[in-house]
Amino acid sequence: MKNKKTDVSAGVLKTIGFKSTAGNKIITILIPILFFGICQMLVSYGVLGSLFEGLLVPLCFYIIMAVSLNLTVGILGELSLGHAGFMCVGAYVGGIFSFITQETITSPWIRFPLAILIGGLAAAIFGLLIGIPILRLSGDYLAIVTLAFGEIVKNIMQNIYLAKDINGLHFSFATAIDPAKLDMATKVDILKGPMALKGVPRDANLIVALVLVVITLIVILNLIDSRTGRAIMSIRDNRIAAESSGINITKYKLIVFGLSAFFAGVAGVLASHYNMVTEAKKFDYNTSILILVFVVLGGLGKMRGTIIATILLYALPELLRGLQSYRMLVYAIVLIVMMIVNNNPWFIEQRKRLKAFLFKNKKAEMEEN
Amino acid sequence: MFISYLLSGVSLGAIYALIALGYTMVYGIAKMLNFAHGDVIMVGGYVAFTLSVTLGGSAWVAIIGSIVFCTLVGIVIEKVAYKPLRSASKLAVLITAIGVSYFLQNLALLIFGSNSRNFQSLVSIPVISIGQATVPGETIVTIGVSILIVIGLMLFINKSKSGAAMLAVSEDRGAAELMGINVNKTISLTFAIGSGLAAIAGILMCSQYPMIGPYTGQMPGIKAFIAAVFGGIGSIPGAMIGGVVIGIIENLSKAYISSQLSDAITFVILILTLVIKPTGLFGKKLKEKV
Amino acid sequence: MSYVEINNISISFGGLRAVDNFFLRQEKGELHGLIGPNGAGKTTVFNLLTGVYKPDRGTFFLDGENMTGKNTIKLNHEGIARTFQNIRLFGNMSVIDNVKVGLHNNNKYSAAAGVFRLPKYFRTEKEMNEKAAELLDLFELLPDKDVLSSNLPYGKQRRLEIARALASSPKYLLLDEPAAGMNPNETADLMKMIRFVRDHFDMTILLIEHDMKLVSGICEKISVLNFGQLLAQGETSQVLRDPEVIKAYLGQ
Repeated sequence: MKNKKTDVSAGVLKTIGFKSTAGNKIITILIPILFFGICQMLVSYGVLGSLFEGLLVPLCFYIIMAVSLNLTVGILGELSLGHAGFMCVGAYVGGIFSFITQETITSPWIRFPLAILIGGLAAAIFGLLIGIPILRLSGDYLAIVTLAFGEIVKNIMQNIYLAKDINGLHFSFATAIDPAKLDMATKVDILKGPMALKGVPRDANLIVALVLVVITLIVILNLIDSRTGRAIMSIRDNRIAAESSGINITKYKLIVFGLSAFFAGVAGVLASHYNMVTEAKKFDYNTSILILVFVVLGGLGKMRGTIIATILLYALPELLRGLQSYRMLVYAIVLIVMMIVNNNPWFIEQRKRLKAFLFKNKKAEMEEN
Repeated sequence: MFISYLLSGVSLGAIYALIALGYTMVYGIAKMLNFAHGDVIMVGGYVAFTLSVTLGGSAWVAIIGSIVFCTLVGIVIEKVAYKPLRSASKLAVLITAIGVSYFLQNLALLIFGSNSRNFQSLVSIPVISIGQATVPGETIVTIGVSILIVIGLMLFINKSKSGAAMLAVSEDRGAAELMGINVNKTISLTFAIGSGLAAIAGILMCSQYPMIGPYTGQMPGIKAFIAAVFGGIGSIPGAMIGGVVIGIIENLSKAYISSQLSDAITFVILILTLVIKPTGLFGKKLKEKV
Repeated sequence: MSYVEINNISISFGGLRAVDNFFLRQEKGELHGLIGPNGAGKTTVFNLLTGVYKPDRGTFFLDGENMTGKNTIKLNHEGIARTFQNIRLFGNMSVIDNVKVGLHNNNKYSAAAGVFRLPKYFRTEKEMNEKAAELLDLFELLPDKDVLSSNLPYGKQRRLEIARALASSPKYLLLDEPAAGMNPNETADLMKMIRFVRDHFDMTILLIEHDMKLVSGICEKISVLNFGQLLAQGETSQVLRDPEVIKAYLGQ
């Protein structure tokens, strides 16, 4: 300690300065806005076909899914293989809500936000429900429990029977509703076990979807860059040190499980209000894994990377359509090769060398000498 | 009735156990979740199908051919996809394994098409009656074969030099390497054995449920994975008992509660088990040293 | 009653008495050293004082309040902070964010205030930045504040851990081998820093260290542990002359 200081003068603080992260966040948020804006323009000028247009809203809900999953996997550092389960809850609860209320609440401007809130909250409750018992678990054990949980949700949704008639709602689990209890003249089936949910008003469109993407990004990016976010990341980096720093692990884990599930639920509501049919079997572990792939390739904890990876990987099979039946095979090979190139020590070394060669800066020269 | 449900549950569980052994051995030695393991079952089934139905080979040709092929597939997968990632994060390896799983499924889809093929039982075995209950011969064969394999595997691991090497690598890879054990060879051997077991599981499964498609391996793979975790991943007796328990639970809940809910029931029991015992029935407790 | 009162705390692991009847009194602002051969139970004492383990027997009072049996998080709230023998930083977070995690319970705002960027967020973050900068400056880490903590050299990592521990405004600071892996110059700097912290914050410190120069240089009193038992306790110079201690410590 050469020059001992008792206080930092205001001058020191001013010269050091504090990095503002606002600019970075705005860029991250602008990426999807610009991307979808350009796509929409290309579609309306007829450059891209309507088939492509149909992919844009699904892409939005995949982005919401991936960003919210990255909160759990990248920021909290816990592997989840059941994210699609929460999406399923949102899709069904929000969808059923809109189905039932479409005659009473005729304006989609009121109905859809309500559906979003209700679907999101229902998913968040499920997030906490599974979160509380598994607080003791971590790593592979947590992963398998989340996978199992996602499958349970799917399975439960496939066993719900719901109908409405003049007397109100009728519900049954695992067995069809007794026809004697229903007023056949006014009966409307909402859910019939393994059959898909149909007839949800199509309240979602690209603008709405994009607004939800932006809201999701603002909330999650601001959360990460706050006291709460630091607490969450400290648990990820070193649980024992976080505890010694007085961080309440339980509280922050539950915040993440709840919030991450909430946004997955929002993505689900968006899906059921855009797709004509909502099938529980679409929300299986394959979907969860697909989203995990987006997150890992985009970069753990990196929201901008996640958005870009989601767009590219979602579009990739479509771009490969020319290859027809080979496309999923190519996709699989691309995935394996990308993982190896990104994570193999030899490839990492080669990439560093290439970088140094391309940007011949001082550091590179020093390394060469 | 109960007896026959129970027996078919045990035989289903025996198949899960064979697959779970592969999961658990690979986890114990390579410390990775080999998500593509379930798809090796499907590969085994298709190879047996091709050899026996398409090429008209005998049952033994089909069985041995399938085991040999899957063993090679396991070794190749490890060399090409997992070995370059030995030092990478667990998650990177998991995603690669998922890529391998997609690859195997889509390759099968390309070669055999999306329609399920009807798979006649390779060996026809008469129905056996125990008291009033009748049990299909395949059930008895499955249970018998599984017991023999597990005994053989236990002998191999506990008595042979390669088995000792496997135990050493699973205990501490670095130390095993220092003691002159060829870690790469041991990991290859583990993948070979695991995949061979998956092939046997595939043949047994196709004999009992005579259909095969590109995604046939997925659900049994997941169930076996769950069985391995249930028993305590990394533990061989755990995988066996886990497999049998999961098989029994699944069959009994199908028979007595609801066939649609049997998966949910199995999964709920898994979650409850882990909540009470976070490392599974036979898992080792790991506490981080401060 | 003394500021720190540790009365006969003990813990056994599977029959082995890791710490047996450990006893300590410290007045406010006192810097006490804890020495002993490897495996003597020094870190276990820290783990008992920070709630990582619950003592089988004994009591622990800090500033007149009973701390016995409380968990790690609660003990931090009560004013106990520590560093670790094997450095435990938040490796993927910047240097300043590491310190701001330490400030977590001193400067609070709700998650909602953070998400919606309410005025409280900006006000509190500014306070946190200033406090963190002050601490970093104290440990000569201010120029590195935006570096990832895992990219810091070893000596700086040790200093950052102390800065983070101080950020939670502890009453009692536990330093586990702060000079391990440092060269003599770094150790000399660290000594000055620790002494400064004690004087400036009137901090009560318990310090585990193998570097005898550091211990005899800054600790007024020391305790010597051997096989979990207190071998000697008292004025540093006296204890270090104790033939029993020399025998145990140097194996002569």
